[in-house]
Amino acid sequence: MVLKVFFPSCCSSAESGILIGRWISGQNSAVILAVVHFPFIPVQVKQYLSEVQQVTKVSVSVLGSWSNSKQEKEESLSEFLEDLGTIFSHEPWIQISKEGNSKFWSCSTLQKHSNNPKEEEIILVYYDQRKVMLSHLHSPLDTATSADHEADDASKLSAIFDTVAKSKILFMTDRYDDGPIKLTHWQSDGVEASIIVELMKQASVPACMLLTFLLSLISGICRSRVLKFWPLSFLWSKLSTCEQLGHRLQHLQVISSNKKAQTQTQLMRKANIFVSLLIDVALGILLMSWLYRKNRIGHLADTLIPVADHVAEELQDLLQWLMGAPAGLKMNRALDQVLGRFFLYHIHLWISYIHLMSPFIEMILWYVGLSACLGLTVALCILSDIIALLTFHIYCFYVYGARLYCLKIYGLSSLWRLFRGKKWNVLRQRVDSCSYDLDQLFIGTLLFTILLFLLPTTALYYLVFTLLRLLVVIVQGLIHLLVDLIDSLPLYSIILRLCRSYRLAAGVKFRVLEQQDGKPLRLLMQINPLSYGSVVQTYRLPTYSCYPKDSWTSLCKKLFLGELIYPWKHKGEKQD
Amino acid sequence: MEERPYRSASGAPIALRCRQHSASCRELVVRCPRLQLRSLSAVTSAVWLAAYALFVLSENSMVLSAAIFITLIGLIIYLHFVKIDQESLLVIGSLGIQVTSSYASGKESTTFIEMGQVKDVVINEAIHMQKVVYYLCILLQDPGDPQGVSEVVPLFQSSKPRLDCLTEVYKSCQEILEQRKTALQSS
Repeated sequence: MVLKVFFPSCCSSAESGILIGRWISGQNSAVILAVVHFPFIPVQVKQYLSEVQQVTKVSVSVLGSWSNSKQEKEESLSEFLEDLGTIFSHEPWIQISKEGNSKFWSCSTLQKHSNNPKEEEIILVYYDQRKVMLSHLHSPLDTATSADHEADDASKLSAIFDTVAKSKILFMTDRYDDGPIKLTHWQSDGVEASIIVELMKQASVPACMLLTFLLSLISGICRSRVLKFWPLSFLWSKLSTCEQLGHRLQHLQVISSNKKAQTQTQLMRKANIFVSLLIDVALGILLMSWLYRKNRIGHLADTLIPVADHVAEELQDLLQWLMGAPAGLKMNRALDQVLGRFFLYHIHLWISYIHLMSPFIEMILWYVGLSACLGLTVALCILSDIIALLTFHIYCFYVYGARLYCLKIYGLSSLWRLFRGKKWNVLRQRVDSCSYDLDQLFIGTLLFTILLFLLPTTALYYLVFTLLRLLVVIVQGLIHLLVDLIDSLPLYSIILRLCRSYRLAAGVKFRVLEQQDGKPLRLLMQINPLSYGSVVQTYRLPTYSCYPKDSWTSLCKKLFLGELIYPWKHKGEKQD
Repeated sequence: MEERPYRSASGAPIALRCRQHSASCRELVVRCPRLQLRSLSAVTSAVWLAAYALFVLSENSMVLSAAIFITLIGLIIYLHFVKIDQESLLVIGSLGIQVTSSYASGKESTTFIEMGQVKDVVINEAIHMQKVVYYLCILLQDPGDPQGVSEVVPLFQSSKPRLDCLTEVYKSCQEILEQRKTALQSS
């Protein structure tokens, strides 16, 4: 079989020594992690490797020898290197040698116990050690295989990435350390560290503890019995602002927890939540500064009452139109007048209520606007709630019209069955024939006729108010969709994909380097980054998403029958 | 290493180049038909004539600048996301198969499929409207079922070579894939 040697490109200019790494026998490949230089004592090398193996759980061993000679190949050196093969018994013993500054290295293997005397082909694959160590492979194979598959069954690439990632401790010694072993790897010129990162790590512990304490206080207050009484709890459940605040509180609890993130997914989720919160609050503060500059919020409050008045006047005009002959249709005069006057009185009540509130509106709005500093999503939710409150009368009208229409439809269907001599059997949930008395039939037919001729009037009122209600629902739905988008977008992952694309790997790509006859095949392994679509899909934050509850057909059926529709469902709400 | 001319399914001229890097590594590159100067100038003049007609009707010079802007942006989007210059297949025995598409703007999109996941490389025929089209595809192994195929990855989607070119590519690939089978049998 073909022997594959994965060689780190940072060791290309290292001095002669022996190669240490991991041998994956199932795939006949050797992953070289570092080069140990002369002079060394074999016993110390073996001891060091067993220590590393204990910590990292990766079976690191001596794989072969590496000779980098500036002059011609020396015979004595090659014999010495072969003798090393007997000290560190490894099957097969790989010998790589580089002469002068030549790009083409010669690679050979020593097999002591092989029954196949034929020279097997060797492929030399260069890889960037730092990038492979930091990268996280998202292969579709990982999601498919179950957890109890052995490591050998895993794909070759994930085995290689795992090996390099788990051997972090091997890369912690650099050439300025005074130890018995001298290694060359990507960090051997000096261990990388960043002062800012270390400072932030130190500062994060007390910050997290403070945050956890504050959050426990706040959640304690929220959970207190005072706020659970019936009118208040009903109010909290209806206001979307409270849901959004609860959602953000949960996010804060996730960030401020003391446990370190175990897996890559958890770490990315924490980072995403943190960045999303930060951007949200920044945008909210920006919005707040824009609103409070030049007293825009005062102007907004001043225009609120005239707008509400205008809406009410438009509704009154609409009702007057319906009470006349709308679109040329002839309505039933009496019913028309009754319904029209009822709704007009309702609007009159609403306008008086708004005028009662008008002195306080500016102050309320000023203080409510301050809460925009909690985040742009909270501000949008407040906007949606204000729209809901201002159009409450439209909602009431819709409910009245829908209930009336629904009653009428049920009455009509039941009396239609009576007309045909049938009855709805509640026990069997089906339509059965039934013999009615003459007076029952007479009254039933009379009622049926009355309801049928009053149907157009009721249907028209129902249609008009349903359309208005649907308009309001669509506007609220759009605002909630925007809030959802801001909540669930994994900004940290997107920025990581933009700036450090090797951290999120979808796979690898190979590039064939210059070849020379007689020398092994040279390939360069580079990281193929994940596409933006897959980044968003993999790292999406879960939300209390609101999505349409009903399909189009069931929505139309409900509209036709006059059942009340609540098209946006929140996760966790009771199904009714 | 030489380039051999073939024809695509729609009749446009394409070229196949086969490079053998080593005994178990082969690269097959199909060069797609180039962007024609005729079609480019036809589209540009059509857009600009329409814009000029709108300008004469509306007397608004924004229409002309908008037309130029749209043409430039459209050309950049076409070259970067749509027009594929060449498609290549790199078969490395015992490592895997790499499929690369290079776009006219220089962007390259690569997919690497490991050898363990590859079941076979076959030529399939598809019936599209009134035509029978041949295409080369890689069959991926279903991890649960040794006989099953989990996915079919079609190759050379935009150059669409004809059967003669596809047979050349197929033969090259199968020579390397057979080595895998003999290696399995011997071990």
